[in-house]
Amino acid sequence: MARMKFLCDADRCIECNACVTACKNEHEVPWGINRRRVVTINDGKPGERSVSMACMHCTDAPCAAVCPVSCFFTTADSVVLHSKDLCIGCGYCFYACPFGAPQYPRVGNFGSRGKMDKCTYCAGGPEAENTAANYAKYGTDRLIEGKLPLCAEMCSTKSLLAGDGEIIAQIYKERVMKRGYGSGAWGWQTAYRETIAV
Amino acid sequence: MAPLFTRVRLVFGALALFALVFAAVPAGAQQPNSVNPTADSVNEKQLLQEFGKVRGRGSIPDTKSFTIVRPAGRDWRHFHEVTLRWIGAIAILGMVVLLVVFYLARGMVRIESGRSGRTIMRFNGIERFVHWMTATCFIVLAITGLNITFGKVLLLPLMSPQAFSDWSEWAKYAHNFLSFPFTLGVVLIFFMWLAGNIPNWVDWEWLKRGGGIVGHDHPPAYKFNAGQKAIYWIQVIAGTAMVISGYVLIFPFYGTDVANMEAAQVVHGIIAMLFIAIMIAHIYIGTIGMEGAFEAMGTGEVDVNWAKEHHSLWLEKELAGDRKAPPPQGAAATPAE
Repeated sequence: MARMKFLCDADRCIECNACVTACKNEHEVPWGINRRRVVTINDGKPGERSVSMACMHCTDAPCAAVCPVSCFFTTADSVVLHSKDLCIGCGYCFYACPFGAPQYPRVGNFGSRGKMDKCTYCAGGPEAENTAANYAKYGTDRLIEGKLPLCAEMCSTKSLLAGDGEIIAQIYKERVMKRGYGSGAWGWQTAYRETIAV
Repeated sequence: MAPLFTRVRLVFGALALFALVFAAVPAGAQQPNSVNPTADSVNEKQLLQEFGKVRGRGSIPDTKSFTIVRPAGRDWRHFHEVTLRWIGAIAILGMVVLLVVFYLARGMVRIESGRSGRTIMRFNGIERFVHWMTATCFIVLAITGLNITFGKVLLLPLMSPQAFSDWSEWAKYAHNFLSFPFTLGVVLIFFMWLAGNIPNWVDWEWLKRGGGIVGHDHPPAYKFNAGQKAIYWIQVIAGTAMVISGYVLIFPFYGTDVANMEAAQVVHGIIAMLFIAIMIAHIYIGTIGMEGAFEAMGTGEVDVNWAKEHHSLWLEKELAGDRKAPPPQGAAATPAE
């Protein structure tokens, strides 16, 4: 099985936010929740870089570790998913997540955050089938149809890469070799405890 | 002719200016031989070393989302999954083991002179109501709180995931909403019993003589002895800390960031574990630990001999005061069985 990862080549990202929009549209993500977002570091200064960030589907995911009801699970493709039927909306996964991925549909007074929502790597929820109920909860399961996450598939500069970790790392390495520079695989060291050596 | 000459001169002048500008541009645009476009680019490693996180500018209202990498979440994970469990297990199980050993060694602290059959009012209805309101909230808050830390280890294997989630969700709501009467209890307890809980020299004497718990001595005490004063101040201080850290957690990101939320949870968790351990000792001594103690919070009336042994100075004051003195020995209201 593949070890699915995301990789944002920040030297290519043009901060067009199309990945954000595609994600929101594909999954009808509730208002106020962004499963993916683009953040610009050192905006307006020389050397600024934009990075598209979502759930990184960590190895030994912190969200899964701290969940008091163990609603997370990792698929055979190493995608970190959770069950909205089991989630109690305690908010702990957000505290533990290094990437700020988990979000809640309600503001959160008196512990009423609602069910946590995060990037599913376009792999839906625990029930691996595209039903209306699953769509309402998790969005489309593209992986089951043999497609990669939409954000990466439609990235206009192919900055955002999704797929098997070794393959996308190879693509990134080749790019860096060819062009002679690269600002690195953002978040990889934190998410996967390894980075891409070029 | 003059205008034509002027025009020609203007054209030449313009051409000369263009030539100058064009000559200058390539010179200015001369690139160095080795180009490194990332020479001044932001670097993740450097940002993490400098700020501990990577944060930039985003374009959505959720400003929390502008932090894209923050490895510190993993430290909090370690606290929540490992450190807090050890603190809780050692504090709570340690206290239970200590109390069992103590009970086996010392047994129940008896009323040495036996029951007199006469009672005296120790806690009135309002005092008992406040105590039991706070106590009930405390027990529910403790169990539902422990469920968050230990539930998935101890309870989840015993039931279906859905049943455990349903229970945990109700537990969460109970935990959040019972915080309000608990807060009220902490405030009322503070004001209600403040006067009796100011430390004084009697407490020092009491502590030096082992408080009648360690030995078989009965050092004098007013309404509250040093041990009870300690419980009072622990309740007030730890209770306040629980309330404040708890409301920070109930209102997430109201002027706090994720690091503050984690800190609030750390404070809430550690104090909770110690608080629960101490309250187990409080429950022990108020029930099986001491004969005649529970009545003080049960019916509110304690046996006079119990009061004589544990709160001699308070009893003297009560008897000398305007409260109805117990009838003399011979005229005891309670007939002997």
